[in-house]
Formats: sequence, C-alpha cells, structure tokens
Amino acid sequence: MININKIYQWSRTNLFSNWYNSLLSLIIVFAFIKFIPPLLNWLFFDATFRGSSKAECYGDGACWIFIKVWFKKLIYGLYPENQIWRINLAFLILIFSVITSIFVKQKIRKYIIIFLIFIFPFLAIWLIGGFAIDIESLEIYIPILEEVDTRVWGGLSLTFIMAIFAMLFCFPIGIILALGRRSELPTIKYASVAFIEFWRGVPLITVLFMASVMFPLFLPADTNVDKLMRCVIGITLFEAAYMAEVVRGGLQALPRGQYDAAKSLGMGYWQMNSLIILPQALKIVIPGIANTFIALFKDTPLILVVGLLEFLGMIKLAGANPDWLGFAVEGYVFAATVYWIFCFSMSRYSQRLEIRFSTERK
Amino acid sequence: MSDNIIELKGVNKWFGDFQVLKNVDLTVGLKQKIVVCGPSGSGKSTLIRCINRLEEHQQGQITVDGIELTKATKDIEKIRAEVGMVFQQFNLFPHLSVVDNCALAPIWVKKMSKKEAEELALQQLEIVHISDQARKFPGQLSGGQQQRAAIARALCMKPKIMLFDEPTSALDPEMIKEVLDVMVELAKGGMTMIVVTHEMGFAKEVADHMIFMDEGMIVEKAVTKEFFANPKSERTKLFLSQIL
Repeated sequence: MININKIYQWSRTNLFSNWYNSLLSLIIVFAFIKFIPPLLNWLFFDATFRGSSKAECYGDGACWIFIKVWFKKLIYGLYPENQIWRINLAFLILIFSVITSIFVKQKIRKYIIIFLIFIFPFLAIWLIGGFAIDIESLEIYIPILEEVDTRVWGGLSLTFIMAIFAMLFCFPIGIILALGRRSELPTIKYASVAFIEFWRGVPLITVLFMASVMFPLFLPADTNVDKLMRCVIGITLFEAAYMAEVVRGGLQALPRGQYDAAKSLGMGYWQMNSLIILPQALKIVIPGIANTFIALFKDTPLILVVGLLEFLGMIKLAGANPDWLGFAVEGYVFAATVYWIFCFSMSRYSQRLEIRFSTERK
Repeated sequence: MSDNIIELKGVNKWFGDFQVLKNVDLTVGLKQKIVVCGPSGSGKSTLIRCINRLEEHQQGQITVDGIELTKATKDIEKIRAEVGMVFQQFNLFPHLSVVDNCALAPIWVKKMSKKEAEELALQQLEIVHISDQARKFPGQLSGGQQQRAAIARALCMKPKIMLFDEPTSALDPEMIKEVLDVMVELAKGGMTMIVVTHEMGFAKEVADHMIFMDEGMIVEKAVTKEFFANPKSERTKLFLSQIL
C-alpha cells in the first residue's frame, strides 16, 4: 500500500502537477502505446530469424535472415574468405592489448600503449594488406603474406581500419596545429591558420573526390599511392583541422598564470606545453575531442563516393543484390544500431575519462 | 659592483602607448632584501616580471647574475631557473600533486633523477611546514598552504634570487601570517629577495631597502628605517599615511 501511495505521490508531482503537464504526460503515454508495440513486433515478435533464403521470410516483421546471410560480407567486405583470419588476428591483437593494458601495472601499461600507437597500426596494415618485402636492388623477395589489394577491403573492418588510423593521426596533428595557431612566430601562425581554415572550409566529400580523382593527376605517371590511403590521409587532415580548433579552445581556457609559472621555473616551450599546458587543456576539451572522434567515425561511410565499401557501403551493396531486393529497412536499422553502439561506447568512455581526470580537483 | 646580482639601468617599458616603467634604475646586492611598495598600477609587478623576462622591456639594460637579458634569448631559461618567482594567484599546477608540482622542474629542467627530486621536494615542503600535504592536489589545500607550496616549488630549483609578486594579496587575513612567517625564515636564511607587498610589518622586519613606486617611476629608495621614519617625497608620505 505504501508503495502505491508513493507512486501516486510521485506521478502527482512529476507528471500531473498542472493541466498542461498532465496533457503532455497523456500525449506521451499515448505515443508510447501507439508506437512501441508495433515497433517491437516488427523488430522481434513478427520477425524471421531462422532460415537461409529470402523465401523463408514470411509475415509482416523484419527479415533478419538478410543480415545473417550477408553478415560475413558486412564485416569483412570482399576480402578473400581463406585470408579472413588475418583481419581477425589483427583485431584480436588489438582487443587483447587493450584488455591487458587495463589489468596490468602502470609501468607495463606504458609499453602496451607505445606498442598500440607506434607499432600496432603498421603491424595490422601489414597483416591485412600482406605487402611482400621486395627489395629489387638486393634481389630480395619475401612473399610472407599474400597481398590483398585494398580495393577488396571492406565492411565493418574497413570502417575500423579507417577510423583508427584517422583518429591516431588527426589527434597529434591537431595538437601541433593548435599550438601553431597560437605561436608568436608569424610564419608558423599563419601557416597553421591557413591550413585549418582551408580544411574546415571544404566539405569532406570534396576532399575525398579530390584525393581519389584529382590528386593522381598531379603525380608523376608511374607513382601510385593507394586510393584508400589517399582517402584516409584526406579524412585525417580534414578532422585534424577540427581537432586543432577543439584543442585551441582548451589552450585558451587556461589562465596566463600557468604559462608564467612554467616559464619562471625555467621550462622551455616544449616542456611547458607537454608537461603543464597540454595535460590541462586536453582534459578540459575531452567532450570536444570525443565529439570530433564520433563525427569522424560517422564520416567514414562517405568513402562510398569514391567506390570504397565500408560497413554502410556493404549494406547498400547487399540491398542492391537482385536476390535480396526490398530489405533496405532491415539493413539501415542494423547499420544504425551498430553505429550507435560504437558511438555510444565512445561517448561513455570519454565520460569515464572526464571523471577519472577530474578527481584531483575535488 | 661585482656583488650586485641584479642591475637595472634606464629601463623603459610600454604597454601599447601606456608607459609602465619610466627610466628605472635599481641595483640589488647579493643577499639583499628589497621590498617594493606603491599604489596599484604603479608598475611594481611589471618591474619584477621584467627581471625574469616574463615581460620584455623596450629600453635600457637588465643584468641578472652577470647576464644581460636582451642578449640572452637562448639562455633565458637558465636565468629563469636561477630566479624563483612566487605569484599572487599561486599558479600551482592543478593537475599535479603538491610534491609533483615541486619535483617537476628539477626533473625536467635540471635533469635530476625522479627519486632525488622527490626527496628534494619533500625537504622543501618540510621547510614551509606542509610536508603532510605532499600527496594532495593543490585544489584540496587552503590558500595559505597553496602559497607555501608555491614557495617550496620555487625553492626546489635552488634559486639565487626569489621574486615575490604580492604573495599575500589573494589570501584571507588569517592565512597571511603563515605565509609571511615562511618568507621571514627564508630571508633570515640569507636569500636574495625582491618582494612586492603591502605588508609593512613584514617590510620593517626583513627589508634592507624600501622602494616606493608611483606611475612607473621609482619615487624613493631608502634604507628601511629611514624610509619609514623620514620619507623624503610628499607622495611617499601620503602613501604611508594611507596604509599604516
């Protein structure tokens, strides 16, 4: 009885405190009743999970067989089936390193982080790309792993490869640009300003088109920079410009006294920035950094325009398959869910970092 | 003149069109303690900020420990390492614990080992009576404790000169004494000090010379007793009558 009383009291104060709040509450409850059950029916209760062909889908619900059949392609793209273990291995190493780094002591963690930043990306690219070591002048040719052209890379794994690389590089470049923009040396300052304003001023699609179509025209005929690499570099520089402005916001939030104190102790420019200024500035802008990273992650599908198929691109490709026409909704719902899970994780992680770094102020 | 550790000759400085320092001459001998006073906006802080080149002067010469500052663009960090500074707003590094605040510069600027630097830091914190707060973060300390930590941080660099820029002006009254006590001990230990302050009790106790500044000029420089007993300029008399 006490419980019901409490619920009554609670709804009285929070939902029905006056006539327009009551009206709003009723409308929202009505909307829930009207839309939630059909949605759940479509997603789960009327949906088809079992089976392996389009013909087995019946009823009004979603046809998740579509996702099931295409699942491997959505993850690995057109990567040769018998080589998929290489992608798996690369990501297993990543997950394993990250998990170990959580459980080991600070000292060992430092080495794992160095490995993750400076060694792992290149190891992973070599694993997945499998470029042979070929030094013609010495007549050395070691075909350690079969080469897999980046044109067949795709799916969620490509999304990750692009996102991880672009994040890894746009962050330090952004910091350098932010410092550059605040430099007292005019050349460095205006070069940074020009760079930032140029990349912020063009749409990402333009950047990708330029990287894929225009850029090769300016190169000598025999040089061939991989298209995917050009696009990743384009995304990196594009996001670096945004990152620079985020970091600059943090730099400007610091009182001048911090600079004075660092200088008065005899610190030089780089010591002052790396020990005193940046640790504080970056902490302030963790939400902005997370924002940029999330935006970057969701920008990756745009490489569709130059013919590279990451996760969303693969879903579109699957939906366009003559045997599987008419399942676009399932595809997009699945894509949205997957993107949301990763973006939300990033958001939560950034909030955890904020809390961890803010304890010292309490 | 070789025992003069700081020499200013004809120093002029402008912020835009506004002249903050007008033809300032000053010599400070080794182990001397000088207190600078004057109304706000008279250029006191700017003067001592010029001595470790946190501000650049436009005319004249400033020589610190035998090195002329305008010629020392490369060595400026070395000079700053020898000149400790304590600020009105403490300016501790909020992201580091108190002991790390103190040990940071010895480790990175003086290339001391981490262990050595930490011992040094604890030693200096002991001197300012807050070694029990060493592991806390600046935000957890009272204003008086923060300022003493800032003094310890400066002392860790084993400076030859200490500059104090209104070290007690941002403190609650009951905390002023604990900071001044530390400064008195430091003075008695033979440190060369230039102190910008309105604490005339402190000035009478430790200062060898008093400097009164107004509108960017040194109006009066005198031995402390003389300064309080017989101020020569009318402006000084007026100022003293207002704050004593």
